[in-house]
Amino acid sequence: MKYVKPHPEKCRFVQECMRACAQKTQKSDDISLSSILVTHADDGTVDINVCNQCGVCIDICPVTAISRTKAGTVVINKNLCVGCYACVEYCPTGSMRTHASRLAPFKCIACGACVEACPAGALELVDGEFELSYLEQNQAGETGDTFAKNYF
Amino acid sequence: MSTKTIAEMKAAHRLLATHHYERSPVDKGYTGKTLYVNVGTRTIEERPVTDDMKAKFTGGRGFGLWLLWHAVKDSTRWDSEENEVVISPGPLSGITQYPGSGKSLVVSISPTTDQVIDSNVGGYFGPYLKFSGFDGIELQGKADQDVIIVIDGQTGLVTLESAPLEPADTHRLADVLTHMYAADEKDLRNVSVVSAGSGADHALVGCLNFSLWDVRRKGVRIKQAGRGGTGTVLRNKRIKALVVRSPQVHGDDNHPVDLEQIQNTGRTLHREIFQNDASMERMRMRGTPHLVEVMNAFDLLPVNNFQYGNHPDAKKISSDVWVKWFHQGIPDGCWYGCTLACAKTVEEFELSTGPYKGERVRVDGPEYETAAGVGSNCGIFDPRAILELNFYCDTYGIDTISWGTLTAFVMECYERGIITTEQTGGLKLAFGNADAALELLHQVSRGEGFGRIAGMGVHKMKEYFVEHYGADAAFLDDIGMENKGLEYSQYVSKESLAQQGGFALTNKGPQHDEAWLIFMDMVNKQIPSFDDKAEALYYFPLWRTWFGLNGLCKLPWNDIEPIDNKKKHPPKEAAKVPEHVDNYVRLFNSMTGRTITKEEVILQSKRAYDFQRVFNIRLGKGLRRFDAQPYRAAGPVTVEEYESRAERYDTQLRDEVGIAPEGMSTADKITALRTYREGRYEKLMDAVYERRGWTRNAVPKLETLQMLGIDYPEVVEVVKRHL
Repeated sequence: MKYVKPHPEKCRFVQECMRACAQKTQKSDDISLSSILVTHADDGTVDINVCNQCGVCIDICPVTAISRTKAGTVVINKNLCVGCYACVEYCPTGSMRTHASRLAPFKCIACGACVEACPAGALELVDGEFELSYLEQNQAGETGDTFAKNYF
Repeated sequence: MSTKTIAEMKAAHRLLATHHYERSPVDKGYTGKTLYVNVGTRTIEERPVTDDMKAKFTGGRGFGLWLLWHAVKDSTRWDSEENEVVISPGPLSGITQYPGSGKSLVVSISPTTDQVIDSNVGGYFGPYLKFSGFDGIELQGKADQDVIIVIDGQTGLVTLESAPLEPADTHRLADVLTHMYAADEKDLRNVSVVSAGSGADHALVGCLNFSLWDVRRKGVRIKQAGRGGTGTVLRNKRIKALVVRSPQVHGDDNHPVDLEQIQNTGRTLHREIFQNDASMERMRMRGTPHLVEVMNAFDLLPVNNFQYGNHPDAKKISSDVWVKWFHQGIPDGCWYGCTLACAKTVEEFELSTGPYKGERVRVDGPEYETAAGVGSNCGIFDPRAILELNFYCDTYGIDTISWGTLTAFVMECYERGIITTEQTGGLKLAFGNADAALELLHQVSRGEGFGRIAGMGVHKMKEYFVEHYGADAAFLDDIGMENKGLEYSQYVSKESLAQQGGFALTNKGPQHDEAWLIFMDMVNKQIPSFDDKAEALYYFPLWRTWFGLNGLCKLPWNDIEPIDNKKKHPPKEAAKVPEHVDNYVRLFNSMTGRTITKEEVILQSKRAYDFQRVFNIRLGKGLRRFDAQPYRAAGPVTVEEYESRAERYDTQLRDEVGIAPEGMSTADKITALRTYREGRYEKLMDAVYERRGWTRNAVPKLETLQMLGIDYPEVVEVVKRHL
């Protein structure tokens, strides 16, 4: 599974990653449409927020609009999405993005555009192991409480 | 499964009427049209929603009341041709961003109350009806054969079809029809079915099941419009089911004026639930049955026909038991985006009785009301028996609340010798006899035996027992837990005068939808005076009515709260959950573009509420005498009841009534306490009616109707007869 691993200590806060993301994924110059978010934290340090492809949103989605690709990336099917935004607020890392011009939320698809655009080497595309989420493991709907323990 | 295939069943349909239509886009929460179907004359029409309807009646229950008023006569009864079942979702229904925003409201003239009933239900039908082009559907007339009505919002076609071969019971029927009308597997999620079941053919307490296709469990789930026999009315019209097939849902299908506000408001509540539910009611995991242990702890859990308020065996049906039964880990909303997700299910439950014995089924529930109703109130503390009763009530189309209360009544009559095995056909209907309770239910499905008598409901059973079995009418009136013909829902109200009003000073009868004031009144003592109680019985029923006008669920209002709600607001204000009231005002304004305030919210409700009161008066009900309660709801009827809480009652006699109980017989103490409590209830009625702007006879005054702008000539004419 590929995911973008941030190294905020190297970030020079030029937001090239956000421009590249908005351009590549949304065909827009508006960086508020970027799936990666670079901000200053309260203490002045840089915070880079981007999806780690954990897949909790897959379980939260009431309409199975969110799924994992064979490569392991978590993606949203805009046609099936009913725009409830449950995934946005239940995301453990706050990495679901929304925009007034978009009905469905959007998120990092680990395409690597931001990594290429970063002039400081603050982003890395990592190929790592991942754990399937509860419902991914139990698509047939076996009774279990792993998920419940974590999210209920 | 049935021996017929779906294709064979469909091939047996005959097309009785068709209506092509252009789907109206939803604008600011309304489509501007309702659908009228007369199954007797085979007429299908579109009717306009007027600006006056929107301004005065808002939607949902309000539209249902308005449409029904114009459909019926003063003499209309539940089984008259002109009685209707009206289903309307309301302008906020179908919001996907705010939890609890997918409700439908069912309005009809009830078989058990002979007046207007309204019932609030989840499932996808209401929002799908709206997204298919209609703010409501009116069903009138009676078919000469079993029919279904299919609304295809994808193609703009309404059909009335005969449906002779489909199974009657919902767990089969909803599944069959969902597959029959979905174009392919991907389309299953767009279909919702409304159906009753074989029990509704033979009982007056029939309910309607509203389905949803669960994309993860790959099966149908159902929610119930339980109260007041609307399923019986549907079957009396020989309507087997309604089917709607909606276009794919998206987040802006209501076309609100300010989607972003709705999204942001929804997100705030999602976050609150995410952060606080685990430390508050744990609705996501336990659903509503956590109330079993809460009610038991406060002596409010009905046991043995509301005689008692707790039982040592309640732990056997408390939420830690249900949590293990419930299928966890799947979003369990009854509409998209409800992260409170209380619509729990039990999967693969193996039935041990009845026509589906041995089948492994999904049980939708139990909810608290079901666990308490068919459980503790009948002295049944076996989770398996409760699940079996829950399942069969649902699939037969029987309201679990009324069924629980009426079975409890039958059991008390049996234990007291008012009825014997001679009348019950051998059924030993003692408290705790789950096998007998289940057989009684199966008899209703088959239309046989004592089940048919029980299925009439408590009110009509009382008359029947007096007439046929020589029962003591006054005693049955004391222990028969119904008011206006509707069975009580499952809370003991003896120690809360305000809740006695919350149950009986209602439009439709005693249920948990209108007011729940026990904690405010009895536990927290926040509303001690008659004026306080009257104010609570003004505000809360109206506030809760508003959910039904808009197609909303009450639970996300106060079963989740902002974490600082109780710190930030004084107790009486905190009970209103002010931040959530603000949310609802914002949702309404963002949807409709209007600029209402929280005060206008109450007025919107009052228009529908007082109109409903006048409607009941028009049907020969609705006056003060119909608000009388059975004494069991207000105090101890029997010696056993009194003596089980003797210390409490003796103290009250001494401290509140001013009578020294020492040396008095229990019978005399019961009488003294009763005189006192009944006097207080009469005073409560006076105070509540005055606060509501009604006469002492519970008739809305002319100036009240004028203030509300519902002084239509035909409304005034009804009221004038009683002024």
